[in-house]
Amino acid sequence: MKVYIRATGNISPQKTFGHPPLLQQMVVQEGNRMRCTEPDYSAFIDVKMIRRMSRIIKMGVASAMECLQEAGVTNPEAIVTGTAYGCLEDTGIFLKKMVLQNEEMLTPTAFIQSTHNTIGAQIALLLQCHGYNNTFVHRGFSFESALLDAMMLLEESNAANVLVGAVDEITDISHAILSRFGLYKKDNIINADLFKISSRGSIAGEGAAFFLLNHQPAESNYAVLDGLYTFYKPAGINEIEEEIASFLSSQSCTGNDIDLIIIGKNGDQTGDAVYQQLAETVFKSIPAIPYKHLCGEYPTSTAFATWLAASVVRSGSLPAVLNILVPKQIKRVLIYNHYQNIHHSLLLVSAC
Amino acid sequence: MYTRNAAVYIAGVGIVSAIGNNTSACLHALENNEAGIGPITSLNTIHKNILPVAEVKLSNKELSTLTGLPEQVSRTALLATLAANEAWKDAGVKKKNLRIGFVSANSVGGMDNSEIFFADFLNNPKNGKLCQVVNHECGAVTELVADKLGIKTFITTISTACSSGANSIFFAARLIKHNLLDVVVAGGVDALTKFTLNGFNTLQILDKEPCTPFDENRKGLNLGEGAGYLVLVSEQLAMGMKDKLYGRLSGYSNANDAHHQTASSPDGAGSFLAMKGALELSGLQPKDISYINLHGTGTYNNDISEGTAIQRLFEPHYPKMSSTKSFTGHTLGASGGIEAVFSALSVKNNFIYPNLRLHTPIQSLPFVPETVFQKDGTVNHVLSNSFGFGGNCSSLIFSKL
Repeated sequence: MKVYIRATGNISPQKTFGHPPLLQQMVVQEGNRMRCTEPDYSAFIDVKMIRRMSRIIKMGVASAMECLQEAGVTNPEAIVTGTAYGCLEDTGIFLKKMVLQNEEMLTPTAFIQSTHNTIGAQIALLLQCHGYNNTFVHRGFSFESALLDAMMLLEESNAANVLVGAVDEITDISHAILSRFGLYKKDNIINADLFKISSRGSIAGEGAAFFLLNHQPAESNYAVLDGLYTFYKPAGINEIEEEIASFLSSQSCTGNDIDLIIIGKNGDQTGDAVYQQLAETVFKSIPAIPYKHLCGEYPTSTAFATWLAASVVRSGSLPAVLNILVPKQIKRVLIYNHYQNIHHSLLLVSAC
Repeated sequence: MYTRNAAVYIAGVGIVSAIGNNTSACLHALENNEAGIGPITSLNTIHKNILPVAEVKLSNKELSTLTGLPEQVSRTALLATLAANEAWKDAGVKKKNLRIGFVSANSVGGMDNSEIFFADFLNNPKNGKLCQVVNHECGAVTELVADKLGIKTFITTISTACSSGANSIFFAARLIKHNLLDVVVAGGVDALTKFTLNGFNTLQILDKEPCTPFDENRKGLNLGEGAGYLVLVSEQLAMGMKDKLYGRLSGYSNANDAHHQTASSPDGAGSFLAMKGALELSGLQPKDISYINLHGTGTYNNDISEGTAIQRLFEPHYPKMSSTKSFTGHTLGASGGIEAVFSALSVKNNFIYPNLRLHTPIQSLPFVPETVFQKDGTVNHVLSNSFGFGGNCSSLIFSKL
């Protein structure tokens, strides 16, 4: 049975919320930290609740609500969420008070909203959805595991509609710490120029993207989700090539059947070398576009890439900001991303 | 390719908890009413000598010697490696030509180290040793263990608060039923941290004495730490290892209470649905269940909510029940894993565990938990409950071979 992407909801550094025409203009941000372009949440969440919610919860809940609204589904049978870092802002608030107040006079709000399952839980609470609810928190596999779970639920016929998505936020604290690990560029940079400077590091990103998956063919469906595969810590480029070839063959297709590859290039010279090498071998002569200049680098960025792939196959062509000309109609898109060369993921998306 | 009726077997178990550093030590404590709850010794906190906890009686240095991991990687990873290794060795599965996965769970990852880092970092953002925060993510802890076990094919981490461990076992079983993997090491871990201790303290649900689950006068829970893992194998693999098997994971279900971020609904809507769903999948009737390993945290709210859901589902056939959290404390992300091991041992050896310190059973409930260790009856099916913040409720059913 085919798995369809019926609807999407996406809050990202680009103007993606509310389903405007696909990436008409690139949102350009200065520096090595991209922030989400946030909507007015009051159309989707009760104002009293908004005040209590941290940014990641608002972004997650609103993108989920937008997705359900587009699908015309009020109560999905399952909600599956991926988040690598979880609710960092509330974690930071509670830690800070705990240290500065020497464990005294603490209040529970930040603690109870710091647990990784808060977003999935808040969505369930708002919808009064008693169905299956799970949260995956495995770094660069968080979204992929959530998606696998969703696809398995559909195959088990335990659910007709599964809401699945991924959310990660960058906070002042996490940005400061991750910068010390050398994850982000030290150059003066704007996202539009991410691939123009070859240096160490990328730019930090964030985002919330949800999808409604089901088996129901419909005119309005975005795409078919053909397959998903992940592999962990490959020994070298040969193993990466073998894994990609074996995934394609498991999907009964070859490089010739792929109209476009969306690659996870992030501007870091070491990590990008992998994509460059693959462009000479398994990805040779297939048009490829990067996406992280649009959303920045974060462990669940493949959710943004999935939204992009689904939107592109629905329209059949690429928006002009992506700056490449693909000669034929885009019907089949492969997403390939690696996160720090540890978590590698492949996703195949086709036109309905 | 998914096979709904494919059986998933338990071929190995491993635990570390406040009542023992391995499975046999934990069983010995369960048999002899020896709880692991006492004063705080490891955490540097103002709650020392006020709030009792259930600590694992091994220092990070000792855990490092036992696991071969560096002492500073995070206590969470050290505990997980010890228990997962025990489970793996117990199963004795040969790795060749098998698709092996590791599905783990935890609630706060490497927070035990991150909170030490954070105190320095707050003074100056350039301060704090990066090695103390490098394993902060929940998934980073899982990878340390997977790398040590040499598992690479499939790795993931689940975090649904106190039901995390049960959800990882549940997800692992489905990976086998979908024929994606042959063997999965699955369970959960959490180490005690000041973060969780203070967090639960703000909710005013920590008992200042050893907890009394399902007692009318219960005052709250005691936090614990530990890890518990099962080795789940496919039907095909199980054929060659009959004597080794503990039982079958015959049912599982996950539901959301959708009532409140931390409190359970009065009628236990989520727990009722989780137990009911697990029974349906296993094809069993409520009267078939021999024993329920309760979530039984000892908080006012959980126990009445869980008890009410059990009453609604099981009336009039009440199985034997107990909360082993009266021994191990509430080990959060580990509890589903630890209690799954207890449940697997129960169906294999007909064990019923006691619910310690029960003086006055909850008066509005029509059943009384067991207070004495038993091994002379027959235990065919065990239901294990794990309910968490965010309304995440999961139930597992273990069946005798």
